[in-house]
Amino acid sequence: MLCGIPALGSGRCDIAAKSPLTGAIGDSNMGGFFAPELRFSGFDHLVVKGRAKKPVYVWIHDGEVEIRDASQLWGRDTFETQTMIREIHRDDEIQSMVIGVAGENLVRFANVRNGMKNSAGRTGMGCVMGSKKLKAVAARGTMNLEFTQPDKLLEYSRQMNEMIMETRWARAQSRYGTMIIYSNTNTTGLIRCRNFQYNLMEKGDVLECENMDEYSVGMAGCYACPVQCRHRYTLTKGPYAPLYGEGPEYTSQGAFGTMPDCASLEAVLVANHLVNMYGLDTLETGNMIAWAMELYEKGIIDNQTMGGLKLEWGDSEAIFELIHKIAKREGFGSILADGMRPAIEKIGRESEYYAIHVKGMGNLQSDERPTPSFALGIATSTRGADHLRSRPAIDLYNLPENMLEEIYGGPVSNDYTSYEGKSRMVRWQELLYAVVDSLGLCKFQTVFCAVHAPKFEEWTKLIEYSTGMKIPKKELMTAGERIYTLERLFNNREGFSRSDDTLPERYFKEPTPLGLPIAKGKKIDRAKFEGMLDEYYRLHGWNKMGEPRKSTLKKLNLENEPSQLL
Amino acid sequence: MRMILLADPGKCTGCKLCEIACSIKNEKTHSPASSRIHAVKWMRSGIYIPMVCQQCDSPTCETVCPMDAIKRDEETGAMVIDYDRCIGCRMCVVFCPFGGAGIDAAHGRVIKCDLCRGDPVCVKFCSPEALLYIPATSVNLLKQRNAAERFSELMKKMLTPP
Repeated sequence: MLCGIPALGSGRCDIAAKSPLTGAIGDSNMGGFFAPELRFSGFDHLVVKGRAKKPVYVWIHDGEVEIRDASQLWGRDTFETQTMIREIHRDDEIQSMVIGVAGENLVRFANVRNGMKNSAGRTGMGCVMGSKKLKAVAARGTMNLEFTQPDKLLEYSRQMNEMIMETRWARAQSRYGTMIIYSNTNTTGLIRCRNFQYNLMEKGDVLECENMDEYSVGMAGCYACPVQCRHRYTLTKGPYAPLYGEGPEYTSQGAFGTMPDCASLEAVLVANHLVNMYGLDTLETGNMIAWAMELYEKGIIDNQTMGGLKLEWGDSEAIFELIHKIAKREGFGSILADGMRPAIEKIGRESEYYAIHVKGMGNLQSDERPTPSFALGIATSTRGADHLRSRPAIDLYNLPENMLEEIYGGPVSNDYTSYEGKSRMVRWQELLYAVVDSLGLCKFQTVFCAVHAPKFEEWTKLIEYSTGMKIPKKELMTAGERIYTLERLFNNREGFSRSDDTLPERYFKEPTPLGLPIAKGKKIDRAKFEGMLDEYYRLHGWNKMGEPRKSTLKKLNLENEPSQLL
Repeated sequence: MRMILLADPGKCTGCKLCEIACSIKNEKTHSPASSRIHAVKWMRSGIYIPMVCQQCDSPTCETVCPMDAIKRDEETGAMVIDYDRCIGCRMCVVFCPFGGAGIDAAHGRVIKCDLCRGDPVCVKFCSPEALLYIPATSVNLLKQRNAAERFSELMKKMLTPP
């Protein structure tokens, strides 16, 4: 709704379909420049039905939509594809969302990409595009976006940008990107190393964000973003040089650094570049590799399974090799390319214990055993293990409890190892993120990591100045509840229930071996976890099995929601 | 004192907030085609360069305008289009070496940066400070200071015992 306003990273784009990775709802959100260009071309939403017989791309320009032959684009990487589309139409301003070779090969965690870095990474939306033989959607527009009160919108947007830049979090991001998170998590013991064996990486100093200065040539921003949280980096040495890339995110630091225990920032940069080139979700790819390495260590898979490839912890060449194999679906890579659940079936039941996933999707490199609120979030997320549906990162800040009560509307413990009030926290964050994703603003520019960042109150004004609609805070929150309940209905229909809102067994069994005293020796208490889940369902107005109650559906005007009948 | 809109490509992060703000302030709508400033980008190399009218001392636009419609605003120093005189021949668009004058898609008229009558909105939205509105006399001082900073770091290293 707010895509294209001059504030808060308003260039977000959301891609949704049933996920080929989890079978649950799939959707993925990315920044970059595609979404506003689509609006300038006259469209806010696209629905793609059916599939093409041969490769095609959709070309949208100033009110026109064309389906064009993409045979010359098929087989190209995500960067080349975008460049070629610009060359075909002789226009350097075209913005495209594209899939790479991984999407073409139906890797179940293939992503959709725009520019060098922006990725709708999770839940395999690139695989869905690949199955439709849809290589790209390209947009170019010069049409106007009209606002009801342009002067007010402009002034208030400026205030919003100042508001976010006044937070320490945003200023740190502008300098170091999301890599700054690592400095906190790896020193505390909140990060997964060797898949799930340790909760900090002892050799991990080399991955600290300050070390990026050697490679960074400056920061880059998404559309309408005052923060600019990604590095522009170059590699000038080594077999993969010369190379220009953007990022890496905190996720890639974990995916190719801590999880496979690879103490090389250069390796992280190369791997980050490779997954971007192929169009693979960095997080899922890192999860699959770290899992495979642990299976190799435990002898569940061997050299023969791997076609001679040794999967030793920290071996960067093995990481690169597996990325190539997954994207091209070669040998063992093809098994990993199907995601955790199908891979467990093929490798064998004994591999299941080591797979860190919820509902079939791998987790961030974070270790949630010391943080019950984070743990509840990944367990209940509608799209599988996922920090971006609810993560209340401010839980780590030890804020005054009256401040937390003011935000969350009820008592919440300010001890991040506590279970008290955390259901309330998670549910509130879910509503907030559902709304911010719908508005088309950046999640990082809301109460993600900064208390004083814009939230519902500020959005109501932005909505009013942009569209003229006066939507009070309460109604916005109800909209968030409606979205999340609708996602829940979709998942229930697909057979997901309470038993799927859980954590990998290791969270309950193995205490964290390392870290500061606050994080060491922690595991999730099963009874307390189930208690949080009960409370979480109750707050949402769902029954004990996690199904929305009739009264809730009525309150949310979802009684006649047609998707229940599909 | 004459003020200058200074664009520093080294600091631009390509977010395009300048374009959006420019379009909304000057056209009350948002279209990249209505913006007077553009962040020109090269995706594969990560180079971003903000391009806007340079308000030249010897402006080609003024020279080629057959109607004397482009004149300097003495107060702001900006070259400003007098729309009562402009006939829309687009000679300024053709001859400007920087693309400083363009055509507004919605109205089909020639547009160029007039420094927002002395209060450029793009500068207010540029958080990395790639755009600055500063006195003309301090432009080279600023650059000298930036360059000198690099020397000073070197000198500090030399003066600090190992």
